[in-house]
Amino acid sequence: MEFPQDLKYTEEHEWVRASRDLAVVGITDYAQSELGDVVYVELPAVGARVKKGASFGVVESVKSVSDLFAPVSGEVVRVNGALADHPEKVNEDPYGEGWMIEIRMDDPSELEDLLSAAEYAARVE
Amino acid sequence: MLKRTPLHDWHVAHGARMVEFAGWEMPVQYTSVVEEHNAVRTAVGLFDVSHMGEIRVRGRGALPLLQHLVTNDVSRLSPARALYTPMCREDGGTLDDLLIYHLGEDDYLAVVNAANTERDLAWFRAHAEGAGDVDVLDETDRWALFAVQGPRAEEVLQPLVEADLKRLRYYHCIPGTSLAGVSGAIVARTGYTGEDGFECYLPAGAVHEAWEAVWGRVQALNGRLCGLGARDTLRLEAALPLYGHELTETINPLEARLGAFVKLEKGPFIGREALAAAKAEGPRRRLCGLRLLERGIPRAGYAVHRASAGGPDGSWEAEPCGYVTSGTFAPYLHQPIALALVGGGAAPGERMAVDIRGRLVPAEVVPLPFYKRGAAAPGS
Repeated sequence: MEFPQDLKYTEEHEWVRASRDLAVVGITDYAQSELGDVVYVELPAVGARVKKGASFGVVESVKSVSDLFAPVSGEVVRVNGALADHPEKVNEDPYGEGWMIEIRMDDPSELEDLLSAAEYAARVE
Repeated sequence: MLKRTPLHDWHVAHGARMVEFAGWEMPVQYTSVVEEHNAVRTAVGLFDVSHMGEIRVRGRGALPLLQHLVTNDVSRLSPARALYTPMCREDGGTLDDLLIYHLGEDDYLAVVNAANTERDLAWFRAHAEGAGDVDVLDETDRWALFAVQGPRAEEVLQPLVEADLKRLRYYHCIPGTSLAGVSGAIVARTGYTGEDGFECYLPAGAVHEAWEAVWGRVQALNGRLCGLGARDTLRLEAALPLYGHELTETINPLEARLGAFVKLEKGPFIGREALAAAKAEGPRRRLCGLRLLERGIPRAGYAVHRASAGGPDGSWEAEPCGYVTSGTFAPYLHQPIALALVGGGAAPGERMAVDIRGRLVPAEVVPLPFYKRGAAAPGS
């Protein structure tokens, strides 16, 4: 199972790719594997506010419904619209085409609370 | 301590994700529910379902006991045939739904849901007391059970059995046969997927040999191992009820559209008066099939609303009328579907809405089953 070094992680299995005040968010390889076939992803609209630790959407597999939790607070500036027709991208490419939203962070120092790849891997392996 | 089937270690060694189900540790999937599901629709799938309960009912009193317990007419069941039936309480609520195989003279095997095995056994035994000349035996641990389901199921099994399977019709069985050299097997043309297929009962201690032989054939024909996840989505596409969802102690078989399996004219049985009254009145609520018209996935327990035309601007109003009993994204039909228990029933074409986390998602009542054997996948 793969956990790229350049990403930060939450205990709820989201990943964050940060650059300056922008943070791209998705779910980890571990999360997609636990969920199984992803068939529906419900995401906020561009412009919506998300709050660190609060639910910003839902990911559904054939068998289950899971909340998505925001790793950082801020405004949603981009949403991966391709997931509406191709939710399976979350399984196939969780760190790439399976990305979910991009947040303009209110406070990039919130990133410091997140887990490193090694810390996250230790929790799920 | 969870119970394990004789094939437990084999599943783990073959990559199964194991989950607790009705007190058993069972494979829920091996690779992907969607892939396993579609393998059954297009080729063949192999399922270990040894968690199902087996209750053997034997003796001259066997038929009268079964006739008293279940709603279908067991007297019309000739040897080497199987029958599906609900089993009800006095008030018509459903205790379980089961298959009854007629193995030989005065000899029946009732196959019940794993979650209900203990309760069913107690129910059978309580009613057998004083009934005279009938033995009720718990054979759950004696039998391993696997299902071979899909259009290529016959091709899988034919080289492994003596009988000509072309002549084994739906809901017929071969008791006391051998499968891949393992004797004492029952091979039945039954299943729970909406496809052609077989259910094979093997003595638990000897199942490995038969399973390996069947698995070899399944692989050769591009089939897959399938877990309970695919079993659930397959049965839902085929609109087959799952106990605990479409059937419970407070849902009667008429509400669940199982009237064809309730034979009021067969003579007295538990629940007959209540079911006769319910039939005369017409069921107050009825199971219907829903297809969502927008994105979203209906799940068990979500409220269903009846949509009625509203203002001239095309708006509509909604009134709660029932709930989803089972729902999923149907892997073969590739659309969100649900079974729902709806007050007053509903006719195909009628507009409904499903409350998905506070959002009313429009849905259409569709004819059941959602999937009929041999139908092509949409867009294929």
